Amino acid sequence: MEISGPDFIKGMAFLGAGIAMGLGAIGPGVGEGFAAGKACEAIGKNPNEAGLLTRTMLVGQAVSESTGIYSLVVALLLLFVV
Amino acid sequence: MFDPTTLLNASAFMGAALAIGFGAIGAALGEGYTAGIANEALSNKPESSGDVIKNMLVGQAISESAAIFSLVVAIVLLFSRPSTVVTITSWAAIGAGLSMGLSAIGSGVGSGMPAGTACMGIVRQPGNSSKIITTMLIGSAVCQTPAIFGMVIAFLLLFIDFSHVPLYPGWAAMLGAGLATGLAAIGSGVGNGFTSGEAVSGIARQPETTTETTRVMLIGLSVGQSTAIYGFLVSLLLLFYGFEENTNLSSSMRLLGAGLSSGFGGIGPGIGLGLASAYAVRWVARRREEVGNLVRTMLVGMAVTESTAIYALIVSLLLIVVF
Repeated sequence: MEISGPDFIKGMAFLGAGIAMGLGAIGPGVGEGFAAGKACEAIGKNPNEAGLLTRTMLVGQAVSESTGIYSLVVALLLLFVV
Repeated sequence: MFDPTTLLNASAFMGAALAIGFGAIGAALGEGYTAGIANEALSNKPESSGDVIKNMLVGQAISESAAIFSLVVAIVLLFSRPSTVVTITSWAAIGAGLSMGLSAIGSGVGSGMPAGTACMGIVRQPGNSSKIITTMLIGSAVCQTPAIFGMVIAFLLLFIDFSHVPLYPGWAAMLGAGLATGLAAIGSGVGNGFTSGEAVSGIARQPETTTETTRVMLIGLSVGQSTAIYGFLVSLLLLFYGFEENTNLSSSMRLLGAGLSSGFGGIGPGIGLGLASAYAVRWVARRREEVGNLVRTMLVGMAVTESTAIYALIVSLLLIVVF
């Protein structure tokens, strides 16, 4: 298999995009899941406050999502821009 | 095989991917944990939602900083190229990505723990809010230190001209330097998180023990940093020790092995040191009069826990200097 220079760069960029998004999806997945679970437990303890608890859960999950977005941005840069 | 510029472009992209891929894990985990505990606190006392959400966001912001460092390193790797490009520069790029990405894991997770327990503490004892928040900020900030070590090594790898270093075994030195700090920082970050989390909840329950609890927390945090420091030292040694050119495989593998030894070797002891001081801090808060006994036992226990990290450091030093 004869590999040319630009082909090698493209190959590493694609591999990198996969690694960036793949690893980057781990953290938000676990973190947001934990937040959601705790929110359910909290609503179970205090059903009247469902609105507040759901809102807080979404705010917290949005912050956790941010690092996943960074990974997505880097992956898209690797795919389309560089 | 390929010209240095092509190789650098390819490696820099891989390095950027590693930096942000690993770096995103810890911060998200820590922030999710904080959000979960904040919600649990709110279920007990919904009317303090304003304070709790504010505190949650402050704590999450500190956790986020490790991921921001990683994003910065990734952007530098994507778009910035040094003036002199030789083959070894490519290996430095991968090392930089590994160093920043891996070290951010522990710091992100660790900073999330005191933030979560602070939210719970504010709900349980709103009168002690200021002490709780202060301790949370101190603890979270110290948890970020391992990520800063990782960032320092990443910047050294990115911005120092290593063209004078021979490619063999220099490539392994660059990679090993990234792995040593990156991996070792994971344990310290998480361990410091345990300690800070317990300190914050202890101060929330018994604010009159704040002085002793904070002191024991700081002792625990500083001893807990040691494994990250060993990794950092090995990284610096790998970067700046003058290696002679040697194309033998064993000469390169020993340097990679040195990096992995202190790197992986820092994870377990770092977490263990954190657990030891976490429980000590918890009980200092509950029984302040026993602080002497507790600290003594904590330090003895931490010394024994440290042992395997020392063995790993010795192996690394042997590999770099003796063989």
